[in-house]
Amino acid sequence: MMPPQQEVLVGVEESGAIPAIESSGGERDAPAVALRGLHRSFGSQIVLNGIDLTVGSGETLAVLGRSGTGKSVLLKVIIGLQKPDSGSIRIHGEEITRLDLDALNEIRKKMGFLFEHAALYDSLSVEQNVAFPLKRHTKMTASEQRDRVKELLAAVGMENDLKKMPSDLSGGMQKRVGLARALALEPGILLLDEPTAGLDPITSGEIDELILKLQEEHHMASIVVTHDLHSAKTIADRIALLHDGTVLIEGSFKELEKSDDEFVSEFLQRDS
Amino acid sequence: MRSTLTTVWSLINRFLEWFGDLGLFAWQVLRAAVRRPFEGRELMRQLDEIGSRSLPLVALAGAAIGFVLALESRSSLARFGAKSMLPAALVYSIIHETGPVVTGLVVSGRVGAGIGAELGSMKVTEQIDAIEASGVNPYKFLAFTRIVACILMLPLLTLAADFCGVLFGWIADTLVDPVSFHRFINQGFVGATFSDFLAPTFRTAVFGLIIGMIGSFQGMRTQGGTAGVGLSATSSVVLSSLFVILADVILVKFILVFFS
Repeated sequence: MMPPQQEVLVGVEESGAIPAIESSGGERDAPAVALRGLHRSFGSQIVLNGIDLTVGSGETLAVLGRSGTGKSVLLKVIIGLQKPDSGSIRIHGEEITRLDLDALNEIRKKMGFLFEHAALYDSLSVEQNVAFPLKRHTKMTASEQRDRVKELLAAVGMENDLKKMPSDLSGGMQKRVGLARALALEPGILLLDEPTAGLDPITSGEIDELILKLQEEHHMASIVVTHDLHSAKTIADRIALLHDGTVLIEGSFKELEKSDDEFVSEFLQRDS
Repeated sequence: MRSTLTTVWSLINRFLEWFGDLGLFAWQVLRAAVRRPFEGRELMRQLDEIGSRSLPLVALAGAAIGFVLALESRSSLARFGAKSMLPAALVYSIIHETGPVVTGLVVSGRVGAGIGAELGSMKVTEQIDAIEASGVNPYKFLAFTRIVACILMLPLLTLAADFCGVLFGWIADTLVDPVSFHRFINQGFVGATFSDFLAPTFRTAVFGLIIGMIGSFQGMRTQGGTAGVGLSATSSVVLSSLFVILADVILVKFILVFFS
């Protein structure tokens, strides 16, 4: 097993620039995320049945599939919230399935996760939600944290709602704050679980634009689980279609459209 | 007959399974507890939430028990011509048993339900997953801080309940037969030693451990949406009250053997 990557949390530089997380170690040319033969079942129900996927740095992969095909489970397995029954998960070349909790937490700091319903901490304000990872994992002073939170919330268009509680926010606003929180530690990998689910088409479009803008600025590897084919077409470089626990087809949207597979054609037609 | 046996066996199985899961949970919490960071800020928040916010209810319960105990005991003792023993009987009864048990049960109702419902709600809305995904250990951040706050706060709340019980016992007594508080206290604590205070009060630290542990455990294993949250809150109160009473019986015997 490779040694865990070392993260150095740096403070504010003299120039006043926002502190960032520097990484060292790991395989330099390795893909950001590489999954090989991933299996996960719940009792007798097989959800993931040998998933092979690779996502490079700066690339966005959309994972599509019918409800209950294990798309969300896939994201939770990648970030270590659920253990795979077998298979390999490599993050920047480092195998994470056998890591202990401390080492896994170090890897998790390099990943941002947007939950389907945002999962904001409802006893904390918007500002405190976004500051939560900064307080835990950086040595920033209180004022540096405030600046960073304001910058992150400005990036998602929520800079005027710092003191609001999650219960005061609409679904779209909660997603924006969840996205700001996911980006707090400047992750190299972003996992998005249904970022546009339950939102009206206009708000969905705004979230898509926001994700694209953040991708351009931060150059992260992203995996987006979605039902929204339009959204996948807009934000993803590649699309993987899950069916019966495996990746049925993987490629650009145009490549998927050319497929002769009956299920792929039906899925694209139904969703378009 | 066969179906009854099957039901009993299934209940025993479920109970053992629950105990096994509780043991694993306790181990996870213990393992997380010895690692940095120690979540001091969250612990302070929980001390306030569990301690100072339970104080009014605990003080009220202690006062009511002291008042009623004084009224009831007075007539019973008068029948045997032992009215002058009232302060000592009251103080002994409150400090040794009534104060700790009432505090344990009141806190298990207020705090046990609160922890079960709060963590249960966080579980079903994926907030606990979000904490874990951000590289923070939820066993330490959520469970350990609540358990330690319960352990530290129960003895202090017991002292408050004891004080209110004795004070309102004196008020009840003095309404019938005026006596100075100084004299009442002197008579009440005659022959009492430090160990009379210490062991029963610190027994409640075990009650705190039970309330914090069961509330956190039931909350963090919640399943099934809002119905599951309600079930976690209810089961936290029922199980922690049950185990507080059981622990009381065991600890009283233990204290009598080692401290009397």
